[in-house]
This record gives sequence, C-alpha cells and structure tokens, in this order.
Amino acid sequence: MNDSPLTSLLGYFALLSLFAVGGANAAIPEMHRVAVDVMHWMNDRQFADMYAMAQVSPGPNVIIVALIGYHVAGFAGAGVAITAMCGPTCTLAFFVARTWDRFKGARWRMAIQAGMVPLSIGLIAASAFVLAHAADRNVYAALITAATAAVAFFTRINPLWVFLAAGLLGLSGWL
Amino acid sequence: MSESVAPPSSAVQPSLTELFHAFVLVSISGFGGALPWARRTIVEKKRWMTTEEFNETFALSQFLPGPNVINFSVVFGSRFGGAPGAAVALAGLLGPPLIIVSVLAVLYESYGGVETLSRILTGITAAAIGLLIAVVAKMAAPMFLKRWNSAPVFAILAFIGVALMHWPLPYVFLGLAPFSIAFAWFKR
Repeated sequence: MNDSPLTSLLGYFALLSLFAVGGANAAIPEMHRVAVDVMHWMNDRQFADMYAMAQVSPGPNVIIVALIGYHVAGFAGAGVAITAMCGPTCTLAFFVARTWDRFKGARWRMAIQAGMVPLSIGLIAASAFVLAHAADRNVYAALITAATAAVAFFTRINPLWVFLAAGLLGLSGWL
Repeated sequence: MSESVAPPSSAVQPSLTELFHAFVLVSISGFGGALPWARRTIVEKKRWMTTEEFNETFALSQFLPGPNVINFSVVFGSRFGGAPGAAVALAGLLGPPLIIVSVLAVLYESYGGVETLSRILTGITAAAIGLLIAVVAKMAAPMFLKRWNSAPVFAILAFIGVALMHWPLPYVFLGLAPFSIAFAWFKR
C-alpha cells in the first residue's frame, strides 16, 4: 500500500503543507529534497523546469505541486497532489479565520505573527538558493538571474516581459 | 449584492457569482504570483475591503501554514459568504491555472526532451530565480534595517538549515519557531 505513488503523493504533500509557512515558495527546498533526493521522482533539471513552468503559468505558484503530481502519476497524481497540498490547510484557514478576529491585539497573537516572519523569509531565500543550484549553471544564465533580480527590485516593470526576453535568449541558443 | 447580510464594514458586498469571477480574474492575471492582483482587484477596483482590512486578512493567511494566496481566498470568501463563499473563491483561484498547467504538463512530458523547449525553459528558469531573489530582498530589507532586532538571526538560521545543511523542513521549522516566537513575545 505504501508503495503506491498516489499514497506517497497524498501523505507527503499533506504533511508538507502543514509546515509551509510563507507559502509555496518557502516549501520549494523541501519539495526538491523529497522529489529529487529521497523519492527519485525526477532529476535536478526536471525540477527546475517545473518551477519555471509554474512561474510562467498565471495563478498561484503552488500549482507546481500539480506538475510534480502529473509527472509521478498522471492526471490522478496531479489531482491528489493539489488536493493534499491545499485541503488540510484550507480547512484550518476556514476555522481559524472565524476565531482569529476575536483576538485582535492580543499579545500572543502579535508574538506568533512577528515570530513567523523571519522564518518565512529565511525559507524563501533558501528556495532561491536551492533553485539556483538545481538549474543549469553557466555565466549567461547567471547574468540573466542577476539582471532579472535587479529589474524586479528597482523598477516596476512587469516581470512577464523579462520572462519573455529570457525565453527568447534561451531559444536563440545563447545559454 | 443585496442578498448578503450585515456587511463587515465596507459598503459593497459581493455575491457568490461576483466572488467567483473576481478570483478567476485574479488567477488568470497573476503571472509570477497572485498577491499583487488580489490586492488590486479587492481593494482598488471592487472596494470590497479597505487597505487595512486587506493587510490584516493577508497577514493571517501568511502565517497560517499552506499557500498564502490560497488561504487568503478561503479567509476572504468565508468572511463574505461563509463556507460556500470560501468554496467559490478557492475554485475561482485554482481552476484556470490547473487547466493551463495540465496542458503544459502534457506538452512537457511528451516533448520535454526536445531541444527547443528545454532551451526556452533554461532562459525562463534563470529569470524566475532572479524574480524570487528580488522578492525575498524586498521582504527582508525592513528586517535588516531595524536595529536591536533578533529577526535576522532566525531568518539566517532557517536559511542555513534548509539551504546549506539540507535538513528536513519540519525539523528546522519546529526547532526555530518556539524561539522566534519567544523573542517576539519578550521584545516590547
């Protein structure tokens, strides 16, 4: 029973979602560790490709779990992965939302909020690091990464234009 | 608009259909993350929430475990329409990208080895990592600029544990969260 890919997808993403404070991006290193190093569902390159596909698709970035699920077990895998990733936490969010407002201004509530922020930032930084290692590495790719970071940090240009330019550069065979 | 009971604060109340449409719109516009579009639609265009209400609701979604924007759709939807509201907001947010990504997945699994597609993805991956670096820099900037503040220590420890030591996320999280919260509690 434990050997079924659907069972491992379900158990793994349901567990992961409960620790994914800071959103899908913060959970990327853990997804990478399990999908590539532990379960051997895919290699580094395939993982980086899936992150890129999730980024260029509109909508929440958590959609990467559907891509991983599809890779492992087809459409059933995609459905199971996204349900496991969103189901438990959505249920939790629904019930917490109803009580949370009553404790506005409570000291424990503010401490929890303030304590979670640095952890989620550290985890998202770790995601960027792990992805940079998983992706193909060469000088031109590193330049594109640096240029995109600068454009997104200092300007208000829609990142989609940078994605388009980077995709064309890749297509041209420069990378 | 008229069938909703007791508006929380703002005058305009969305119906279930409007909720669904709004989140479909947020979803299909949200390249590189849905948060900026959620704010734009809900606060600026539809005026369903004030800036403060949005920030508070989003802060709650952010520290709850799980994907932020998904949590936000549930919290927002339930506030305006109870359980059905939460369900339609979630369906609106997840439906369109699931369809799009299914098409991409099929293409990738069939043609993933093809040189052209993998070249394009190499370029886009490099850019996507750059975008993530910029986002984390923006989020971290206030934390590092504030003096007498323990937060950067916990951010750096979380980074080291996950990125450099490759420890499982649950251990890193459960090991650091109690201390991080305790420091926030005593810092006043």
